[in-house]
Amino acid sequence: MEVGRLWWFLSLGTFAPVRESALLPSRLSALTRASPMLETFLFFVFAVLTVVGALGMLISRSPVAAALWMVQVMLAIACLYLTLNAAFIGVVQVLVYAGAIMVLFLFVIMLLNLEEMPSLGDFDWRRVVAGILGVAVLAQLLALVAVQLVGLPGAPTTEEAVAQTDVSNIGVVLLTEHAFTLQIVGVLLLAATIGAVVLAKKRFA
Amino acid sequence: MDLTWYLSLSAVLFSIGVLGVLLRRNAIIVFLSIELMLNAVNLSLVGFAQDFGDVHGHILVFFVMSVAAAEAAVGLAIVIAMFRNTLTLNIDEINLFRG
Repeated sequence: MEVGRLWWFLSLGTFAPVRESALLPSRLSALTRASPMLETFLFFVFAVLTVVGALGMLISRSPVAAALWMVQVMLAIACLYLTLNAAFIGVVQVLVYAGAIMVLFLFVIMLLNLEEMPSLGDFDWRRVVAGILGVAVLAQLLALVAVQLVGLPGAPTTEEAVAQTDVSNIGVVLLTEHAFTLQIVGVLLLAATIGAVVLAKKRFA
Repeated sequence: MDLTWYLSLSAVLFSIGVLGVLLRRNAIIVFLSIELMLNAVNLSLVGFAQDFGDVHGHILVFFVMSVAAAEAAVGLAIVIAMFRNTLTLNIDEINLFRG
């Protein structure tokens, strides 16, 4: 809660009509643009935080601990979005994922009053197959990254990218080109809300 | 910063999510792993959007987040209904559809 509030204050500038250079997300972007060394440093700091959080989620025994590790992953990914000049997406990430979805998860975990989960340690042939499959997925993805990127078109200049992806431009594209999709997402969220209430009340006797 | 690093990080996160779905037997941890995979894909989308200077990647990430929110709400409602019925969250013991 405290972290969420702090972030809200820091990121409020994205929506407030203040001069842009005075705002934290833009300032971070400008900083990383000015210094590639700093961008590299920040990327590796947040990448390590993300991977450590994900591994902690994978091996934690308590569901509450797993959910809190996921909050760390979400916040670190939001910071990575800021290094990618995606201030709007970063703020939405904190609001929706770290704020709403993870609180919903914690709420349900505490509602269910779970007993301690069994440890991950027992040997099981299904575990071995699962581990091999997971490593195979990683190998495939990394091979794709290594091979496929040779033929990509050249990246535009960073100033161009920043102008393309600032909040006002996202709003214009979202409300003109993708207005119909936006309406459908609204209907989807309404259906999900009603469905969640109906499902949670239902008794499967 | 090269796009390759962001894509590699995204691949690592996605694989950890896959491992979570395959290894863990608790329904809530499986859900968290699915959220992790969605986040990994979002990260690669924003990386591509930045690299191409194209705003549509951000729009797609926005819609993915909306669908993830809907999915979390419905999924957690199913988890609650399941727990009320069987008093367990171990997905090996839940066979509601097996007849």
